[in-house]
Amino acid sequence: MPKRTDIEKILIIGSGPIVIGQGCEFDYSGSQACKALKQEGYTIVLINSNPATIMTDPEMADRTYIEPIEPDIIEKIIVKERPDALLPTLGGQTGLNIASTLHQSGVLKKYDVELIGANFDAIQKAEDRQLFKDVMSDIGVGVLESAHVTTLEAALEFADQVGYPLIIRPSFTLGGTGGGIAYNIDELKDIASNGIYQSPTDQILIEESIIGWKEYELELMRDKNDNVVIVCSIENFDAMGVHTGDSITVAPIQTLSDKEYQEMRNEALKIIREVGVETGGSNIQFAVNPENGRRVVIEMNPRVSRSSALASKATGFAIAKIAAKLAVGYTLDELQNEITYETPACFEPAIDYVVTKIPRWDFEKFPGVKNNLTTQMKSVGEVMGIGRTFKESLQKALRSLEQDRHGWGADGKDIYTYQELTSLDQSEKADMINKIKIKLITPNSERIFYLRYALILGMDIETLYEYTKIDKWFLYNLKQILDMEVELRKSITSTTSDSLKSLDRDLLYQAKQYGFSDKQLAYIFNKDESMIREHRIQESVEAVFKLVDTCAGEFKAYTPYYYSSYEFENESHRSEKSKVMILGGGPNRIGQGIEFDYCCVQAAYALKEENREVIMVNCNPETVSTDYDTSDKLYFEPITLEDVLNICRKEEPDGVILQFGGQTPLKLAFALEKEGINILGTSPNSIDLSEDREKFSEIINKLELKQPPNGIAYSFQQAKKIADRITYPVLVRPSYVLGGRAMEVVYDDAALENYIDKAVELSTEHPILIDKFLEGAIEVDVDAIADGEDCIIGGVMEHIEMAGVHSGDSACALPPYSLSDIIIEEIKQQTKQLAKELNVLGLINIQFAVKGEQIYILEVNPRASRTIPFVSKTIGNSLAKLATRVMLGEKLSDMGLDEYQKTNYIAVKEAVFPFIKFPGVDIVLGPEMKSTGEVMGIDDNFGMAFAKAQMGAGVLLPLEGSVLITVNDRHKADVLPIAKRFRKEGFSLIATKGTADYLRDNRLEVETVSKIGEGRPDIIDYMKNDDIQFLINSPEGKAALKDEIKMRRQALLKNIPIATTIQGAQATIEGIEQLRASKLDVKSLQEYHVD
Amino acid sequence: MYKYREEELIIKAILVLEDGFTLIGRTFAGSGEIKGEVVFNTSMTGYQEIITDPSYKGQIVTMTYPLIGNYGINIHDNESKKPQVEAFIVREYCDYPHNWQSEGTLKEYLEQHNIIGIEGIDTRALTRHIRQDGAMKGIISTIDDDIDSLIDKVNNYPGLIGKDMVKHVSCQEEYQWNTEGKYHVVAIDYGIKNSILKMLEENDCKVTVVPANTSAEKILDKNPDGVFLSNGPGDPVSVPYAVKEVKKILGKKPIFGICFGQQILGQALGLSTYKLKFGHRGGNHPVKNLANNHVEISTQNHGFCVELPDKNELKKMGGYLKDLEVTHKNLNDNTLEGFKHTGLKCFSIQYHPEAAPGPHDSRYLFKEFNEIMSEK
Repeated sequence: MPKRTDIEKILIIGSGPIVIGQGCEFDYSGSQACKALKQEGYTIVLINSNPATIMTDPEMADRTYIEPIEPDIIEKIIVKERPDALLPTLGGQTGLNIASTLHQSGVLKKYDVELIGANFDAIQKAEDRQLFKDVMSDIGVGVLESAHVTTLEAALEFADQVGYPLIIRPSFTLGGTGGGIAYNIDELKDIASNGIYQSPTDQILIEESIIGWKEYELELMRDKNDNVVIVCSIENFDAMGVHTGDSITVAPIQTLSDKEYQEMRNEALKIIREVGVETGGSNIQFAVNPENGRRVVIEMNPRVSRSSALASKATGFAIAKIAAKLAVGYTLDELQNEITYETPACFEPAIDYVVTKIPRWDFEKFPGVKNNLTTQMKSVGEVMGIGRTFKESLQKALRSLEQDRHGWGADGKDIYTYQELTSLDQSEKADMINKIKIKLITPNSERIFYLRYALILGMDIETLYEYTKIDKWFLYNLKQILDMEVELRKSITSTTSDSLKSLDRDLLYQAKQYGFSDKQLAYIFNKDESMIREHRIQESVEAVFKLVDTCAGEFKAYTPYYYSSYEFENESHRSEKSKVMILGGGPNRIGQGIEFDYCCVQAAYALKEENREVIMVNCNPETVSTDYDTSDKLYFEPITLEDVLNICRKEEPDGVILQFGGQTPLKLAFALEKEGINILGTSPNSIDLSEDREKFSEIINKLELKQPPNGIAYSFQQAKKIADRITYPVLVRPSYVLGGRAMEVVYDDAALENYIDKAVELSTEHPILIDKFLEGAIEVDVDAIADGEDCIIGGVMEHIEMAGVHSGDSACALPPYSLSDIIIEEIKQQTKQLAKELNVLGLINIQFAVKGEQIYILEVNPRASRTIPFVSKTIGNSLAKLATRVMLGEKLSDMGLDEYQKTNYIAVKEAVFPFIKFPGVDIVLGPEMKSTGEVMGIDDNFGMAFAKAQMGAGVLLPLEGSVLITVNDRHKADVLPIAKRFRKEGFSLIATKGTADYLRDNRLEVETVSKIGEGRPDIIDYMKNDDIQFLINSPEGKAALKDEIKMRRQALLKNIPIATTIQGAQATIEGIEQLRASKLDVKSLQEYHVD
Repeated sequence: MYKYREEELIIKAILVLEDGFTLIGRTFAGSGEIKGEVVFNTSMTGYQEIITDPSYKGQIVTMTYPLIGNYGINIHDNESKKPQVEAFIVREYCDYPHNWQSEGTLKEYLEQHNIIGIEGIDTRALTRHIRQDGAMKGIISTIDDDIDSLIDKVNNYPGLIGKDMVKHVSCQEEYQWNTEGKYHVVAIDYGIKNSILKMLEENDCKVTVVPANTSAEKILDKNPDGVFLSNGPGDPVSVPYAVKEVKKILGKKPIFGICFGQQILGQALGLSTYKLKFGHRGGNHPVKNLANNHVEISTQNHGFCVELPDKNELKKMGGYLKDLEVTHKNLNDNTLEGFKHTGLKCFSIQYHPEAAPGPHDSRYLFKEFNEIMSEK
């Protein structure tokens, strides 16, 4: 049966901003769906608020709405576009929830829109936990003892019956938000009440604990003829108790017998049929008791999920693309396996390698948060390592993480060295074991490394199993890696002066088969990495590349998707075509996310258009860049010098593009250049020039531009002297960290001293950098392309938050909404000067600060910036593509480009934060980036664009009610006009005493409310009672911290919009004014760009 | 090969195929020298079922999944009383299994039965080689490291074509598998798997297992409700005696054949068989049931196949063949996976509805056998 012809226009819902629990895997799935359905001739209407996605590229759909993913907005789009069908299964939980809402509200029926992929009943059956359990019991599938409750009392009653520990999961939340494990009544009270609050349906599920059971996942596909296949099976390294998104996971399943696996498979088939997912992908999680094999089903996602993306990359089976085609009526046997061509997609991939996924966490971004892992997901990204053995894939994944680890320890980065641990005396050893034991029992982000310390200390597998419940099979494999390390160490004999001379070739080969990196070997043998590499090549111990082919070699495969291993046969062969290699960005993390993958993918498209063979290297399974049809050849490999050089030796690319993948590939620039690899675009030297403070200051002086006054200090005395010279406030940060880590604004000597005492270890190697903090300055971001001669400005963005807030966390507007044309012109000129001076070939991003008429240069990055996709979407031209052409030698003057012009519409980018996942963390923005994603609002005027951006970020601006204002003295005058505007719009004002007095003095009607600890009812009571609809709070600085944090956390929990800066408040009132004055309308990018 | 664990003696093992393709690994079980046809299986689980499946008699099996031995060996998962493969090749053997049912390691089990197991082989390279050049004879040796000598040995080995392997695995005496059941089934044992017997039992059959060379008369004397033709090893043309007896049963009793059983039934009906380039062995081939267009994910283990004439040819062929109906087709290569003859009340399947190892999608076929046995 071919595709459906009774539908023509399909609405696809994206998943919105990148948040913890819903990452860029949905860009991958959504992009695949758009492409597949467009190819089939359907008209695609897309909505996604996230501009950093490939799917929102105007070419991906016929109509692209970068609008907030809200029911009202989607209804407007439906009214305007009148689609025949809605495909909700590729936009994560967001897509599914919205589709359910639209069904329930009758909108779909009213406009005759058919839900395809999953119908409402199936969504309900899978998503409503109680309903799901009932259905499972009906068909004889094992489930857990549990109760669905809506009150704390009911939760306590259940606990009385079943006992502790108990698992709490709120209904309908992402990544288990608000869930947790309660070991006692106090914890239950806390978690249950928060969970009930978090759930949009005020429901939580309490379950008997199966902590320590083995956890499994199956990825299924079903078509309308009821053909079902299992695409991939996944086994979790971490036992039940750690959210699967925070678990190390392995594909395929390793420790089940065929009988056990087939029984699980049978149940999965039963489940998908009973739930009634008509077509497409689903994911089902099981737990198995290791003692007796008892199996229960944990949950089902009736949609493409994070695991689906992983399963796609792990097997080569294009789940999303096929799910989309099944949704429009194809059956699995009608679709081709695009890897083998000859065989149909109706089969179950057989894989002949092992895949290990490791999450990437950014705990250090949130001081005070423990790195413990629970049922609430906290990771911000992930990597995947492919190897022929678990050992190899694990070590490859660990070095892919880019947390400065080069494998499973033995890399010079261990907290406890091998020598240290093996030379402890008995009592020291006992102490150490106690220390390590804690880290083993409570799952945490570093546990994998603690397992190594434990093994070095001689703890046996049985003991480790008892502490961790990690399957002994995994533990044994870890032990084998350590045994190999010990063997390598033993091979160093004291008699030979060259430690490598005594290294047996077979042992070296086997170490490489176990996934040891050259860096680990270098550490063990006390050599340079390059010496290991040379020795290895001399001994012809070289990586070969194997194909990911879905069929374990049974059929000829045509899709060039490779991974490295140390084996007999190499399957990757160099073509004669001119080729360019792109290094991707590695795992998503705060500060380096989907934006860079977007750029890499754009570069791949541009290179294909220029008829180059594109070789992509990346290790992030969530991305579009690791989709095997994005490039001509995909190497799923860690972005390390060793792994990249391995590929270069095989492929001999004509050039390598580094400037799109963020910091990850740039770190390799010099080393690759030294190995004779041709770096395309801006030279590593120029990049270095912009990052070296002194050299950069020289350039600024030479060009007669301005930088904030600054200095470097090696002691408090020096720091104070600099501060005196440049005057407070100053911005301080350690010289050796990037991304704004540990950066702070200080206002006086005491704070400076405190910072130096507490925050950083000052030394001659690690000085601190001190800059004049330009208080109240407007920050401006510019993206431009330069070809060595010309420079074309892509966009000038005005930040909404003042300088001092990390540019990645700040909202910004394109074009600027308050800067004068003269200033903008001057900024453009300075950009061009700098691009020329730095000899930029490709992209350049500059951050300026504008204070009055003065323009300061804060930072220059001659590479792709986070804002490239935002600018590209706004102006309707792909900057990354253009930059790629420049890197290939084309001249801007030949490309017929127009100089940047102000558009007659305005786009606002807003950041999205993960604070809700990290209890107790302050939500105030500062120089350290904390956002995980972004959204864009676009409209004819700033206010409306801002309001849309807020809405996209999940903040619904209030149209009436009360505004609470509590600002410090520096901001009282600034807040006055804002307060007046709120009054004018009919809001009532509430303020804490100081602020209230000030406003009253200025003839505004204000109600006074107590601060925390100044009597009840206080601010918290007001918020809890829903008496506050908007909060303006400028922090007092370090002092009044605790109470303020409490207040801001309360606003977060109650989802009360909050502005922590004056500019933010100003923008908000502008948005509210617009929302009240005019109708919110939707318009597609294609329409904007034509206008 | 480097000995990296002091306590273990690492023995180098050489694998040489008839065309000289050579890979070097080490043994994890046993030692010595053994010849056989080298084939690969793409199942990711179920190594125990595979090594104990009598259909692998005469074959050296390599698993494409690289990690083998992970969940050990248990008494329940055997397909026959002992390992049947000539030798077993894996990429990495795991000597520390963990599973609640595990009763020992794969190494112990193989060594108990003097079967060589080798590891450290690039099994993907081996698989690709076989895929490109076809299944071929091979030799594994831990005692001879002269490649030329090994090539000679393997080329002097006759291989499986035309060779009766059934007599090595069929039971010698008739026996009763179970005593209860609505349907009395006589199963002709060409190398029958335990799970087939278990499936028959589960489907209310009382099963009498008879040796492969049992005469039709003897079988018909028992007046069974149906006759089952089992799976088995080797070339189906090598057992004309079996085909001859089945011919005599045609039309007299309902017949159900699986795998080798289909090849016997096919020959009895007048069809011919041929050797596939490298066979089908694994648990992921899609098979279409032509009656309802439903696709089943199947367990496959066969190196030979029944020729599939098209419908018009069949019509012209006369005899029984004009009424033969193709019921199942392999979607990967369109080979014949099942046929039936309604008039003769017989049907057969080329793949393994009993699975073990593999998906259970096709177990309904045992019910269909019940159905034709109950139409009296």
